Amino acid sequence: MSVDGSLDRLKREGRIVVVGASLAGLRAAETLREKGFAGSLTMIGDEPYEPYDRPPLSKQVLLGRATADRTGLPRLRAVDAQWRLGVPATGLDMAARRVRLADGDEVEYDRLLIATGVRARPWPQEDEAELDGVFVLRTRDDAEALERSLAQGPRRVLVIGAGFTGSEIASACRERGIAVTVAERADAPLVGALGGVVGEVAAELQRKHGVDLRCGVMVTRLEGDSAGHVRAAHFSDGSTVEADVVIVSLGAQRNTEWLAGSGLGAGLRGIACDAGCRAFDIRGIVTDDIYVAGDVARSPHPLFGYQFLSLEHWGNAVAQAETAAHNMLSESADRRPHIWVPAFWSSQFGVNIKSVGVPSMGTEILIAQGSRSEHRFTGVYGYQGRVIGAVTFDQTKWLQFYQQLIETTAPFPPAFPTVDRRPEGQQPIPADFPDPSVPTHGPTVTLSGYAPDDRRLTFTPARH
Amino acid sequence: MTEAILRQIINYAHRADPYPLYEELRKTPVYHDADGPFVLSRYYDIQSLLHDPRISSDARNLKTPATANPLAAEADDETALPPSFLRLDPPEHDRLRRMTNRPFGPPHSPRRVHEMHGELKDIVSGLIDGIDNPDRIDLVDQFSYPFPVTVICRLLGVPREDEARFHSWADTIAASLDPDPGADTDERAKVSHNARTELGMYLAGLIEERRKKPGADMLSQLSTAGGPDGVMTTMEVLSTAALLLIAGHETTVNLITNGMLTLLRNPDVLERLRKDPNLAVPVVEELLRFEPPVQLVPQRTTLTDIEVRGVTIPKGASLWLVLAAGNRDPDRFEDPDRFDPDRGDIQHLGFGSGIHSCFGAPLARLEAQLALSELARRLENPRLLEDPPPYRQNAVLRGPRHLPIACDGIRP
Ligand SMILES: Cc1cc2nc3c(=O)[nH]c(=O)nc-3n(C[C@H](O)[C@H](O)[C@H](O)COP(=O)(O)OP(=O)(O)OC[C@H]3O[C@@H](n4cnc5c(N)ncnc54)[C@H](O)[C@@H]3O)c2cc1C
Ligand code: HEM
Repeated sequence: MSVDGSLDRLKREGRIVVVGASLAGLRAAETLREKGFAGSLTMIGDEPYEPYDRPPLSKQVLLGRATADRTGLPRLRAVDAQWRLGVPATGLDMAARRVRLADGDEVEYDRLLIATGVRARPWPQEDEAELDGVFVLRTRDDAEALERSLAQGPRRVLVIGAGFTGSEIASACRERGIAVTVAERADAPLVGALGGVVGEVAAELQRKHGVDLRCGVMVTRLEGDSAGHVRAAHFSDGSTVEADVVIVSLGAQRNTEWLAGSGLGAGLRGIACDAGCRAFDIRGIVTDDIYVAGDVARSPHPLFGYQFLSLEHWGNAVAQAETAAHNMLSESADRRPHIWVPAFWSSQFGVNIKSVGVPSMGTEILIAQGSRSEHRFTGVYGYQGRVIGAVTFDQTKWLQFYQQLIETTAPFPPAFPTVDRRPEGQQPIPADFPDPSVPTHGPTVTLSGYAPDDRRLTFTPARH
Repeated sequence: MTEAILRQIINYAHRADPYPLYEELRKTPVYHDADGPFVLSRYYDIQSLLHDPRISSDARNLKTPATANPLAAEADDETALPPSFLRLDPPEHDRLRRMTNRPFGPPHSPRRVHEMHGELKDIVSGLIDGIDNPDRIDLVDQFSYPFPVTVICRLLGVPREDEARFHSWADTIAASLDPDPGADTDERAKVSHNARTELGMYLAGLIEERRKKPGADMLSQLSTAGGPDGVMTTMEVLSTAALLLIAGHETTVNLITNGMLTLLRNPDVLERLRKDPNLAVPVVEELLRFEPPVQLVPQRTTLTDIEVRGVTIPKGASLWLVLAAGNRDPDRFEDPDRFDPDRGDIQHLGFGSGIHSCFGAPLARLEAQLALSELARRLENPRLLEDPPPYRQNAVLRGPRHLPIACDGIRP
């Protein structure tokens, strides 16, 4: 083992602290125990609940098919930890290796894993955000409250933002027979993640299912009634929609404020880490005792030119947590890189959408199989002459093949025939992603440049 | 040496234990010999080819038509019927499979298979009750054979009074899939052709009736239900019904028979299953790995030149994917030649994979689980009378023709 036996000691009697007790936190804890970590493990989470699963919150839970309190994550093994739930971490002292908690407590660590994820971006006008009937959807509590108000049969629901979550919410509402308006700044739903060519199909799906979809507009103001309940929304095109439930679905913000001033490379874009999940400090030097995993992390990926990727993907959180846990307990030579190929799924309007790779890097798309008008197809994204991503609508079984093309940096457009190639699949067309300099609120993969710490963005001045 | 290996696999002398030959075959992962097919035997190669859109299931894409394929014993006498979705590519395959799935599985009929549980159990109990002489039981003729045919009858909605006729057609067709080398082949072919024609006419009549007076059975729903894909034509319903019958028959017979044979060779597992019927779930999965009823998939072809492990397989070539060899690939499964229902990870190829993966899998699993757990529970001290038992000719749908066993008695 290690020359000085310090790794053995860490495994035997070390102290590992995990901040963020959700998907990544839990899977990391399980992996640590599986790898024989016998020391003390502390799980710090600001939510009062044991780790639960978020994907069902916008699907089964909103349909009333499962209740929010039944979404607990399955435990893969016992973790034997001290759980500090309902208490946020408020600060980090890197030199003293200490995490400060909101209740004044401090917890010391030998290794720290940060998995604080993201939260829903709130409606920017605070007074409007506080109106009754205005929701965001990220947590169990959010889902429970939203489901309750949907069950009361609102006359109309307005969803602001047609990314994956917003679209899934609209789908659930339609399935419950509730009138829905969706407002989207871009020209179609899902364009941030999948581009305009596929976004058009998503728009068709929404309209076919009776969604009042309004693209190319922004909601400028939410209006309440005298009792403080939302009653209408005003749009940038001058129109007004009356709605008694409004869901703000404008993407996510990284939970990194608690690290402000700590010296860690943490900021609006998340926490930069190396491929081995070790966090960078603000000087761009990699730490050896602080690890990052899940939605809050941004890490370089060899398949995508070593750009830093921020992935809000369930599978990424699991894989990165496992790698972080493994590396925490390993000598440098035994460490593994986190080279998970991004993969995402969504179900909406009766369609199973899955993607692999980084479609949003694509400049062109080829509809390799099936047809957009039938809402069943496989789209392959190309970037600089190679395959960079793929998406399927109800054609999940082919995705594995295109993932192999991505992993082997196969040339784009693919030069071979396939089954189910239609006339529209003869030529690639521009994938039609919005100008990357215009912020969108839907992409679940964000390329955030080459530098481990983007100084302009990561220096968030301490606010408390 | 390897030159003869395909012939050895086909050779009846190796039917009881082809696994050493498969091991040999895996040493040449892309095996090709003169005009023969390209034969794939490694787990990961097979798995990825089953998901490869450059591979077709439609024989019209073959360069040389598949004439008298010695292993593709699936009768080609379907000439009168349009090809079933087993032999089609998307989008036709997907459309027909979706329409067939509507009355069968989720999302539209998530409870169909589950709701057959009671009925399946009754059929199993009836067959075991019917065993009169515990000193000599032929598990194939007395149990494995009649069971799946009855199940398909109930699924399709064949009236009870017609089940006997249905059984005799199915038996004749099954026998034709397994030609006895000594028999008069012309005579066989005629008998089988007649059985097919009669079965087809019978089903056509039934479809006609169900169109007028639909019931809750699958045939009614296939002939009448109009989803977004429309309604099947009578010919489509006919070829689909024939597919369900043929694909779901011999396969299930073999799974149950191989299952009992394997359990009798592994008495400790049999004893555990007797005490705990829930063990049937991993037992059946491990069986599908260890003794898969469909040993190889012989009908795939390439739409373009493709490269596998550095070997170029030219466009229009015939591919054989040897599922049974992949299932014992040591790169994928630890200690692959051991029957071990406790191995945590049994992602076998027994049902194929990709878009053609077995349509009837949920039903087949339930049938085999019920059959094996009930046999284990009710047969007192069962034992093999012949090991190995006599096998059928067929090398693709491989399994015992008879399984002579004895027991001390039948528990209630
Ligand atoms: C409605 C919804 C639907 C989704 N659907 C899909 C889907 O279909 N497919 C898919 O791939 N992904 C989906 N996702 C994304 C997926 O759920 C996330 O990728 C996953 O939850 C990330 O896990 P995580 O542990 O990194 O972060 P999170 O789950 O965000 O967990 C972070 C935890 O840390 C806590 N925390 C934050 N700050 C502190 C602090 N200072 N101190 C203590 N604790 C703190 C947070 O409260 C939270 O409990 C969905 C997400 C949502 C919200
Ligand atoms: C143990 C039992 C069974 C086994 C081992 C089995 C195995 C298989 C395999 C390997 C395939 C893939 C063929 C290919 O890729 O070309 C397949 C397809 C199929 N099976 Fe089964 N099967 C079984 C039972 C059943 C039953 C009970 C039914 C019907 C109720 C059924 C219906 C089908 C159909 C319709 C297909 C074609 C699917 C398609 O092409 O999309 N099978 N089966």
